[in-house]
Amino acid sequence: MPTSITEPGLPAAAAPTEIDPRILRENRERRMRILLPIGAITLALALWEFLVWFYQVPHYLIPAPSLIAKTLVQDWASLAQSAAFTVKLTLLSLGLAIIGGVALGMIFALSKPVEMALFPFAVILQVTPVIAIAPLILIYVSNTFVALLICAWIVAFFPILSNTVIGLRSADHNLRDMFRLYQATPWQRLRYLLIPSALPYFMAALKIAGGLALIGAVVAEFVAGTAGQNTGLASRILESSFRNEIPRMFAALFLVSLLGVVIFLITSWLSRLVLGHWHESEIKREH
Amino acid sequence: MTDTSPLIQMSGVEKQFANGTVAVRDMSLSIQKGEFVSFLGPSGCGKSTALKMVSGLLSVSRGKISVNGHAAGEGGDRNDIGFVFQEATLMPWATVFENVYLPLKLHGMSKAGARPRVEEALAMVGLAKFAKAYPRELSGGMKMRVSIARAMATKPKLLLMDEPFAALDEMTRAKLNDDVLALWEEHKLTVIFVTHSVFESVYLSNRVVVMAARPGRVVHDIPLPGGYPRTAAYRLTAEYAEACRLVSNALEGTLDHAHLNH
Ligand SMILES: Nc1ncnc2c1ncn2[C@@H]1O[C@H](COP(=O)(O)OP(=O)(O)O)[C@@H](O)[C@H]1O
Ligand SMILES: [Mg+2]
Repeated sequence: MPTSITEPGLPAAAAPTEIDPRILRENRERRMRILLPIGAITLALALWEFLVWFYQVPHYLIPAPSLIAKTLVQDWASLAQSAAFTVKLTLLSLGLAIIGGVALGMIFALSKPVEMALFPFAVILQVTPVIAIAPLILIYVSNTFVALLICAWIVAFFPILSNTVIGLRSADHNLRDMFRLYQATPWQRLRYLLIPSALPYFMAALKIAGGLALIGAVVAEFVAGTAGQNTGLASRILESSFRNEIPRMFAALFLVSLLGVVIFLITSWLSRLVLGHWHESEIKREH
Repeated sequence: MTDTSPLIQMSGVEKQFANGTVAVRDMSLSIQKGEFVSFLGPSGCGKSTALKMVSGLLSVSRGKISVNGHAAGEGGDRNDIGFVFQEATLMPWATVFENVYLPLKLHGMSKAGARPRVEEALAMVGLAKFAKAYPRELSGGMKMRVSIARAMATKPKLLLMDEPFAALDEMTRAKLNDDVLALWEEHKLTVIFVTHSVFESVYLSNRVVVMAARPGRVVHDIPLPGGYPRTAAYRLTAEYAEACRLVSNALEGTLDHAHLNH
């Protein structure tokens, strides 16, 4: 009869040889994960550059990547300021969406009647395109930054709310019984059972909401136009479009995409940090 | 309380769920300290419901259950009850140590203070070396051992087990059966063990309560006192074979009945 100690699947049983082939393979995979996308993007940019040069496409139609880079450097002062504005708007709205979504989600999860009463409002906020509400908000809220913040918040808020509610309700029934059996206080139940159970759902929502906050911030700024003291990246794009400065438009667009990618990378990293050691979605499987 | 009064007294217990299902009807049973009782029956006959009512996780619709002199689930010290579910029911985000520590943590014991207890419970089930592992790194049998260690962490007097080994392979199951018997003997536990396996119930228990479905009720109460301490050799004895035949027949009767009711 095999004892438990010799059962397979031990966490720390690998014998230390000179170089573990598993580590080698893992290193290679990690390198590929970085090198492959960089290589593909570089190749695409080179092809773009070549095609623009080969067909002599005028820069007011499609500028070459090199020209976009040059514009980025030349206009760095104004572009960087606008990027900072958009970053601030995005992060602030995301932060408020997290606070609001989690707080309301907890209330919903605790009380079914409150959820039934308030959920329709959340749905209405969600399904109405932000671009359609933005003009109204801009009229009612005199401070443009606050108005933009509200627009971006509306977009980012819903996934956090709905996933928090689902997550808090997703705790295993037997584990709930276990907590009842040991007479856990409501606080202990929340802290040790409901919140950990909700984390995977919350992290999934965070990844979505991060991107949505940026979209909300940019879209709202488009509606607000370039007027006033607001100077986000969307305003730079609009402004360049009026002046027919296509390379500058691309430069601003590049910064928006870059911002989106950075937000995605950070939220993905956070998710791996929080769930990596236990949740199926983040566990690396061996083949 | 004197030692002769039963640890668990169920009288006229009935459970009707909100949807009208009568899961348990008129169940009367008394269980003495130190008994190893199996609830045996086809699925749907109310075994889990009965067990949950004893633990206080479900309320009774009619009748009374007292555990250790208190109404089930009320008063007394809940440290006294350990519960093992069919699934290991571990927290996937927590290590083996944290999982076993849970009942003690919920009772306000510090991690440092609980460490000896947790380590002792893990040693009982042969998992001392796996305190830092996560549940996903363990086999089904090992997860179930963790679940048993968690139930034992509070040093309960009463251990309730709901088909704990139903999902395990035959060999692991036999090993765990022996482990549970050893725990029962060493710690003078009272065990209620829910199963739908005749062989398991006969091997383990000194009393088999056979239940039938629709509505869930007790149809036989068979004492099987012999053969302790039971080891693998007990499975080869004529006494074991005879007991299996007896219990099997009793169970078959309930199945015929259920069949006719269709
Ligand atoms: N929460 C519930 N609500 C309604 N019916 C239930 C519930 N739990 C169990 N039942 C019903 O009660 C009967 C007994 O269930 P259960 O105690 O789980 O049986 P067993 O554990 O013997 O398989 C079954 O018919 C089942 O469908
Ligand atoms: Mg059951």
